[in-house]
Amino acid sequence: MSTDLLVQPSATSPTRRVLGGLLRSREIAVFTVLVALILVTTVKNDGFLFSSTGFRDLLLTPCLLLILATGQTVVIITRNVDLSVGSTLGLSAYLTGRLFVDHPGLPIPVVFLAGMAFGAVLGLVNGVLVAWGKVPALVITLGTLYIYRGAFLTWAGSDRINASDLPRGFSRLGTQQLLGVPVLTIIALVVLAVVGYFLWTARAGRELYAIGSDPDAATLYGLRVSRRVLLAFVVSGALAGLAGVVYAARYGTVSSGAGYGIELQAVGAAVIGGVAIFGGSGTVWGAAIGAFLLVTINRALPILGISDFWQQAVVGALILAAVALDRLLTLRQERKLVEANDR
Amino acid sequence: MKLHNRRVAALAALVLSAGLSLSACGGDDGGSGSDNSSGGGDSASGTYVFLPKNLGNPYFDTSDNAGKAAVEAFGGTYQEVGPDQASPDAQVPFINTAAQQGASALVVSANDPEAICDALNEARDADVKVVTFDSDTNADCRDLFINQATAEGIAKVQVDMIAEQIGDEGDIAILSAAANATNQNAWIDLMKEDLAANHPNITLVDTVYGDDDDQKSFDQTAALLQANPDLKGIISPTTVGIAAAARYLSTSDAKGKVALTGLGTPNQMREYVEDGTVTEFALWNPADLGTLAAYAAKALVDGDVTDGSGSFEAGDLGEFTAEDGVVLLGEPFKFNADNIGDFDF
Repeated sequence: MSTDLLVQPSATSPTRRVLGGLLRSREIAVFTVLVALILVTTVKNDGFLFSSTGFRDLLLTPCLLLILATGQTVVIITRNVDLSVGSTLGLSAYLTGRLFVDHPGLPIPVVFLAGMAFGAVLGLVNGVLVAWGKVPALVITLGTLYIYRGAFLTWAGSDRINASDLPRGFSRLGTQQLLGVPVLTIIALVVLAVVGYFLWTARAGRELYAIGSDPDAATLYGLRVSRRVLLAFVVSGALAGLAGVVYAARYGTVSSGAGYGIELQAVGAAVIGGVAIFGGSGTVWGAAIGAFLLVTINRALPILGISDFWQQAVVGALILAAVALDRLLTLRQERKLVEANDR
Repeated sequence: MKLHNRRVAALAALVLSAGLSLSACGGDDGGSGSDNSSGGGDSASGTYVFLPKNLGNPYFDTSDNAGKAAVEAFGGTYQEVGPDQASPDAQVPFINTAAQQGASALVVSANDPEAICDALNEARDADVKVVTFDSDTNADCRDLFINQATAEGIAKVQVDMIAEQIGDEGDIAILSAAANATNQNAWIDLMKEDLAANHPNITLVDTVYGDDDDQKSFDQTAALLQANPDLKGIISPTTVGIAAAARYLSTSDAKGKVALTGLGTPNQMREYVEDGTVTEFALWNPADLGTLAAYAAKALVDGDVTDGSGSFEAGDLGEFTAEDGVVLLGEPFKFNADNIGDFDF
């Protein structure tokens, strides 16, 4: 009697549990789709994977969205959303260019830090408004999306940063490789690993999940909800700022349209990767794979002979499929829980 | 809130300093010109007022400096005035002032085809000749329009360049702006006709759209090269597209193997012409445009061109003929490693 626990430990062996968990995990499913896509495209055109430019682009192109999706996931887990990341990215990319134009000889790491700090400040504004204004993040960040873009238009006007304005060392970073892996990809993966580890093990990281599952319960439990939500927005802003610097290095040209509309891709990547839009579940690993898939699909479809105009429809179908899958899995789990209860 | 205010203040400071530097530019070139008498009956030495879309714009600095040289060459007095911002009605007060000061001619690049019409017609009633260049107004508010290039000329120069660069045979593709961009599609149709008629060995395999977005154009170029391994050349008839494509090409295996040409501006393309990614691209020459506008204004003042037709001599550029109120500059100008250093716009 006294040994009856509220939750019984699982009777299945640990190996089977881990294996079953992996098989059911959304990350693996999306990863399988990604691998299949790369294989099919490579069969059609072996340069996609095996030419040196093809391999480099495969790793390099997703890294911008990967960084954004990582930040977006941190926010979505807390049952919020950050739509202002596209504008933040643009502002930070232009700041990067301006720093190099106005202060030639500035060390590259300083510019990276400046971009991240600038993005963090913009994220802080979002966080303060959402955490203490008690207005839904969707509305707040939609507002700051336009405000930041407006500030960008005022600042940049018709001016643009050209590749010849950037120092060689910086624009070379856009394609530089270390042991065959592009430097920008390494940066993105390091960011992913740090944020992923934080969400998985750190107390503050776990609290973000708790807040997203049930904000009221989290408040009652005594979690510092406002402070954690603020942290999530600062992380998202800082990563958008970093993505801006990466944008400048990769594309070499920054005009006032930079990053326009990319926020929806970031949300899309997170959703495809299994991050629930109502918060509380999902991982940055999933979001990263989602970002990889989203970008790679866009690159693979033209090679597979599917026209430009259909590519967006395919991306939309993918998002719907991901959400439908989510719903299906939730229903199944509910049924199982009910059955277990009845027994 | 404190942080927020600081941001606003920083932004305001930036905007202010930008405004200051712009107006400083204006002060240098424009001057007030208020002590300028109307010049009396001497037709060779009138005042020619250049009114660009905005001051501090390198494109118009190039054309107006050439205009200045031309005006001084034929003995007129040159003036440049203009707003700091290229907003639709910002040019109106400058037009009024020029008319009141009795300028002989006004050379305008219109920010809006409608908004400055009334002011221009008032100036014309006061016997000021009005020449538009780069951007036209409605035809009934100016005496002459200097057209930088025709659609046929723009299409032909791009086909000719790619044909020359790939040896007149092989697969090419087009990287355009938006799929519904009217001017782009008109050029693409003309290019297709030209290819079919005069270059049977060149095959246009694909047309992709970068939406005049740096990132999308860049990624579309990558996809284009992946999907068509035998591609010999790319034409991008948009300044954003060609710069993004050049950026991608310059870092890929295809550099030097796939030719790239189209319409671009020297400042955006300098890097890629210097590193050998791009051999030659085209656009009109804003300096020639300024020179021609100056001589056209003189021809109107001298009465060589009346009612929108007549011919005149434009210095080194040779003889030009006005028809239906339009003077055509001619073939687009080709930029390459030899001349790109002469331009800054």
